[in-house]
Amino acid sequence: MPDKIPVTVLTGYLGAGKTTLLNRILTEQHGRRYAVIVNEFGEIGIDNDLVVGADEEVFEMNNGCICCTVRGDLIRIIEGLMKRRGKFDAIIVETTGLADPAPVAQTFFVDEDVAQRARLDAVVTVADAKWLSERLKDAPEAKNQIAFADVILLNKTDLVDAAGLEKVEAQIRAINPSATIHRTVNCNVPIGEVLDRKAFDLDRIMEVEPEFLEEGHHHHHDEEIDSFSFRAGEVNPDKFMPWISDLTQREGPNILRCKGIVAFPQEPRRFVFQGVHMILDGDLSREWRPDEKRESRVVFIGRDLNEKAIREGFLACAA
Amino acid sequence: MTGIVILGLDSSIQTILGAGSSPTMTGNDMSATLTSLTDQVLPVEAGAEVTGLGWLGRTAAFALADGSVLLVPPEGEPRRAAVHPDGAVLAAATDGKRIVTGGDDGRVVATGPDGTAREFAASSGWVDALAVHPSGAVAFAAGRRVTALDDKGRAKSWDAPSSARGLAFAPKGYRLAVAHYGGATLWYPNLDTPPELLSWKGSHLDVTWSPDGRFVVTSMQENAMHGWRLQPDRGHMRMTGYAGKPRSFSWSFGGAWLATSGADAAIVWPFGSKEGPTGKAPRECGLRHARVMRVAFHPHVNVLAIGYEDGCVLLVRFEDGAELLARRPAEGSAITALAWDAKGGRLAFGAADGQAGILVLSA
Repeated sequence: MPDKIPVTVLTGYLGAGKTTLLNRILTEQHGRRYAVIVNEFGEIGIDNDLVVGADEEVFEMNNGCICCTVRGDLIRIIEGLMKRRGKFDAIIVETTGLADPAPVAQTFFVDEDVAQRARLDAVVTVADAKWLSERLKDAPEAKNQIAFADVILLNKTDLVDAAGLEKVEAQIRAINPSATIHRTVNCNVPIGEVLDRKAFDLDRIMEVEPEFLEEGHHHHHDEEIDSFSFRAGEVNPDKFMPWISDLTQREGPNILRCKGIVAFPQEPRRFVFQGVHMILDGDLSREWRPDEKRESRVVFIGRDLNEKAIREGFLACAA
Repeated sequence: MTGIVILGLDSSIQTILGAGSSPTMTGNDMSATLTSLTDQVLPVEAGAEVTGLGWLGRTAAFALADGSVLLVPPEGEPRRAAVHPDGAVLAAATDGKRIVTGGDDGRVVATGPDGTAREFAASSGWVDALAVHPSGAVAFAAGRRVTALDDKGRAKSWDAPSSARGLAFAPKGYRLAVAHYGGATLWYPNLDTPPELLSWKGSHLDVTWSPDGRFVVTSMQENAMHGWRLQPDRGHMRMTGYAGKPRSFSWSFGGAWLATSGADAAIVWPFGSKEGPTGKAPRECGLRHARVMRVAFHPHVNVLAIGYEDGCVLLVRFEDGAELLARRPAEGSAITALAWDAKGGRLAFGAADGQAGILVLSA
């Protein structure tokens, strides 16, 4: 089985600088060849051999999972692109400024044929340092894109003073405590910080996210999107597994992302999981290192989540 | 290949299958008891994934992911036609005289058995669905836009409510079924009659029309098939339980059975009665530990060719499940295309790694 093609999803509210980042990726000398899937109504001026227009058709799966939406056009395009495999090394999906990243991400877990051939590498969101605060107030899409991101480029930092940057970064942290944030001008970030992040790889979860370790509630008074993280010692798998499964089934529509590392008693390996809405992916990963504290950490990013109930539910799983 | 007598044409398969000794097979073990036809296979080096396949008389036409069509005549050298240069063939259909291909270059090209290619349509998007009509009409889709060109070259277009996926012409009359999100639409390209939506929740991928025109059946994103009875009651037929998407289907000659891919056996639904498969269990043919990728019923007898994800090709006699081996499993060589010629004397197959072949049962 050949390696799965990595897929980077590029989101960002209108005018934040997505196309600038895309062109940086494509023009930089890195020796990799990209297939780029752009939205039909996107800004033009992308210079690449393999550019495919997409229609952003979000389909509900008729499988009883109410929040289970996928990008139907993406399934079709990736099926077609795979006929040209060998002509490109990675795929970049650019979404419109108003798009919800969840259906794009879910496509790579829900569709078996896509999941066999491609793997979601990371959701990268470009945010406008000057206007993000305003957008977070009036545009739910902008908030979604921040909440969903693995990597956030806080762009156009030259237009904002230091205090302003601190403020907007705190707002981002409140919504998404685990994303890596880069402050940029013209999206000038080393491409390695954006591509090949393996953010959905269970073996890498939370290794690249130091700030995740800060426990607590990152609620911001006027944000409907919340994030919080909890820690516990070892947890009982017979309690934890049904709890996380039930929670994501019940609260899935409101949970944008969740992830965690969990310690089970007498289990030498770490249990890691990550989820997008109702889709949960988890497995035993590497062994705990001797110098590591065997503790369980989970993070939830979502809308109108009941923090108290989730915390109590999680703590009740203690071994 | 002991005991196999090749007779003429239609009876050849029955004869071959009848000669096989107790065909039993477990798992992927191609045991010695399974009669093998592998030395009757003419190997074909296609060189790129076979994305479409059809017969132009006695010439096999392989449409390829490198944008070319490989024509293999019964005698003489194969011929390659670069019909979508720098592109890939995403969809192909044949009417016995030419192979029509749609590419990611947005072009629709018809290629004859001698390799002469004619572009007769172009669009701005990928052409990834195609159908041909016995009259010579062609329909193709790029994104939501469906275009039908009748035998006189008159083009009509219709925009589906979402990307048009599968296309199929009705067996009689100039009417097209279009599969899309939320159902399938039946459209008369040359009439003012409004298109008729057959609705069913979910994403519909490929579509086929039963040979008698009474049923329209789609494959679905949700690992299911869905059918509509056009007569007498517009009833729904739900066909579920697949492990994967059933992306290949084939009607038995006469139309009493519909064979489908998407499971570890070919799933064959009974369409012989007016209710279709409602309330009836399907038959399973060729159960192995590998996903069925393509199915093709023989044009004149109830023998089903089955191509698997592990590269194996079997012929299964439908009545008693007797099996013949046409191709052994091959690593990385999942079957992507299967087609019988009109007489049923030859079966062509193609695989994901560019391997292909022609099983010759009768000359």
